[in-house]
Amino acid sequence: MLDAIGVETLDDLFADVRPGYEGELDLPPALSEYEALREVDALAKENVWGLPIFLGAGAYDRIVPSAIGAIISRGEFLTCYTPYQPEISQGTLQSIFEFQSMISELTGLEISNASVYDGANAVVEAALMTARLTKRDPKVAVSAGLNPRYREVIETYRVEVVDLPFEDGTTDFSGVPDDVSGVFVQSPNFFGIVEDVGAASEAAHDVDALCVAVCDPISLSILEAPGNIGADVAVGEAQPLGMPLMFGGPYAGYMATKEDFVRQLPGRIAGETIDKDGKLAYVLTLRGREQDIRRARANSNICTNQALTALAATVYTALMGPEGLREVAELSISKAHYLADRLQASSFGLRYPEAPFLWEFAIELPDVAKANEALLEAGIVGGLDLGDSAMLVAVTEKRTKDELDAFVEVVADAF
Amino acid sequence: MPFNLIRDKGREGRRGYTLPKPDVEAKEPESILPESALRREKPRLAEVDEPTVIRHYTNLSRENEGIDTTFYPLGSCTMKHNPRANEAAAVVPGFAGLHPLQPEAQAQGALRIMHELQGFLAEVSGLPYVSLQPLAGAQGELTSILMVKKFFDDAGDEGRTTVLVPSTAHGTNPATASMAGFESEEVGLDEHGCVDVDELRELVDESTAALMITNPNTCGVYERNIKEIAEVLHESGAFLYMDGANMNANMGRMRPAEADVDIMHYNLHKTFSTPHGGGGPGCGAIACSEDLAPFLPEPTVEKDGDAYRFVRPEKSIGRMAGFHGNFGQMLRAWNYIRMHGPELRDVTDMAVLNANYVRAQLRGTYRIPYDELCKHEVVVQPPQGKKALDIAKGLIDYGYHPPTIYFPLVVKEAMLVEPTETESRETLDDFIGTMLELAETGQEDLEEAPTHAPTRRLDETRAARQLKARW
Repeated sequence: MLDAIGVETLDDLFADVRPGYEGELDLPPALSEYEALREVDALAKENVWGLPIFLGAGAYDRIVPSAIGAIISRGEFLTCYTPYQPEISQGTLQSIFEFQSMISELTGLEISNASVYDGANAVVEAALMTARLTKRDPKVAVSAGLNPRYREVIETYRVEVVDLPFEDGTTDFSGVPDDVSGVFVQSPNFFGIVEDVGAASEAAHDVDALCVAVCDPISLSILEAPGNIGADVAVGEAQPLGMPLMFGGPYAGYMATKEDFVRQLPGRIAGETIDKDGKLAYVLTLRGREQDIRRARANSNICTNQALTALAATVYTALMGPEGLREVAELSISKAHYLADRLQASSFGLRYPEAPFLWEFAIELPDVAKANEALLEAGIVGGLDLGDSAMLVAVTEKRTKDELDAFVEVVADAF
Repeated sequence: MPFNLIRDKGREGRRGYTLPKPDVEAKEPESILPESALRREKPRLAEVDEPTVIRHYTNLSRENEGIDTTFYPLGSCTMKHNPRANEAAAVVPGFAGLHPLQPEAQAQGALRIMHELQGFLAEVSGLPYVSLQPLAGAQGELTSILMVKKFFDDAGDEGRTTVLVPSTAHGTNPATASMAGFESEEVGLDEHGCVDVDELRELVDESTAALMITNPNTCGVYERNIKEIAEVLHESGAFLYMDGANMNANMGRMRPAEADVDIMHYNLHKTFSTPHGGGGPGCGAIACSEDLAPFLPEPTVEKDGDAYRFVRPEKSIGRMAGFHGNFGQMLRAWNYIRMHGPELRDVTDMAVLNANYVRAQLRGTYRIPYDELCKHEVVVQPPQGKKALDIAKGLIDYGYHPPTIYFPLVVKEAMLVEPTETESRETLDDFIGTMLELAETGQEDLEEAPTHAPTRRLDETRAARQLKARW
């Protein structure tokens, strides 16, 4: 091969590399597969895992059906690139079309994109989208009900944030400033409480701003679709739809909006068309919005979607169907309320006793750190320390009555 | 009927998954929520059983080509083999079942993976400060440019309004500059397809914040003046950012730090073999010099005695992701690097050897606009009168995934071929043979291609004009 190229040594191939690197990379010596995986196993043992988890706050310990792994590990899905050559990418393209369809159905909005990086990024992309659509500076009204991590990402992207009052577990949308581009409502909110999306929409539209609803997709099996109660954009974290916790990623963000707004939607969109023989097929469409065509004037620099994790969400939703999604929601609600009732019976108070929550709630404890230590000792990963003598507790369909009872007993014994 | 949608394959009430039976008293949503909050109509989703789901998506997968099924020389995407050891690492329950908000003490194994990977990426680039958080290459770019922005904001330097981008750049570069609040301005090329240093000197002034350079560039040519370019920028107080999409050409042969690069991003899904997955998830880790380190996004991982912990850099731009980044991709990349060690240099050597071999063998039939040593990829042009699109579609009929076409934009009818190191000479020879044959194939036949793929050429205009993006 060197002869064909017309050089004598491999070094010659790098003759133009100035400044070249002469040293040897200071990396640990190469391992065989067996040795490397043994090390992975050893490191995994340094984590606490395999215990019931009561943490949520944006990532949920839900059941992941086995069929998902079987599909997403197929090499034809796993090892292909973005479907730029549609003739040999119909598998990816149709699965994206199905993902978009499921998200549209759940959110009650006409158009969904092929997914973005994660829930937080879906939120910030929506914030930027409201600015483009209203032709205002990016400025959004949010409350403490929005996951604080989402808010942090919004701020990183240099979007101005205005605070709305948050009392008794829900947001007061009555005083939205008239120069914002978007009003955000997360429901269920960070504290697990169902918010009034309709009120948020009205408040947004009163000042000619757009309403962005941030929704857990599982909750949309029981809650009214945001598109039906005035939301202009719906976004959220798709992790609960069949993605393992994986220490925070990869997950996928979803984004849906009204058809009129499609040209301001960032990211990939798969659309239906026909081939030369008139056969139905799918292709990436409205590409003029994207960075590789529009460069500096693109809606976003976003390049990839999260095709493989979006496929996981698609397979999950197909397996569950509308009834299964509802059952996941109802099991979680029943178990969460059982736990909350028992904790209240042990004289711990809910932070927001009057507000309707689904499967996540804030419970007041004298010392959250102490409670979590006691729980861990009993083989339970406790909830999130909110820092003000309250613990945010998430309960999924995975939790058993025994685990819930043990949680109550340990916490009650601790104080 | 291969194009039936999953929803068309079901019957009302059919289910594909059985959940555990309730073990506490049922709490109906109707009992806790006002009626106005409840869903009135159930979503029109698929109602199918598991065999139907498996068969449907298995059949869909067969409409796809991937690295597992064919040679995939897609330029600038580094479609190397994805070792299954990485996948085995990523399903270990001690990692897959870890909640991102578990306290650091409960996640020491995961933090150690992150800390070691930070170190590996620092070593490969020579740039000592690393963040693994960006969720994709484009986000790595944005993170870097936001850090540059914050650096100047912090220094009270309000006049830095422009980011320079060579005309060969990936489209993400100018889009990133805009998103971070800069104007982007294009820099032209010299006769080698490299940044024109004289033109750069003219353009750089006190308003320049950074140059975004890709090295080797998107023509597959090494930017041999990179040190001088860095000097021009540094003299006026601007930064040199390197798009690391092409790091597969550099490992152990060139370190951005020695070329005076200030900040760069990696694509772990390119260089370090984490699967592309049909367009993500990826990981766009970044590495930078000491000047920019205080602005890194949070969190980064530090070792404190025997323990690992998350830290927020002093003047951090904030978070780019909901949690710590795509940990699953970090784990895969860590595993890949552990299985190569310092021999990552061999990866680069073979990638560059393969690309130059393709260049040498296509020369004469295909035009090579920059016919000199290339790095891990080579840009070629079809013979006079033939179109890159037609050759690409012709390749599909021979079972290949085509190269990247019409990119870089500066080369007419560009075909960007990146063979990667994981292909054998035999595979390359077969591909080269096919390319030469297609160069001789009549135009009418080429325009008909593909005829052996799951579909013929698609009506893309119709997709946009009669938008249908859901069932």
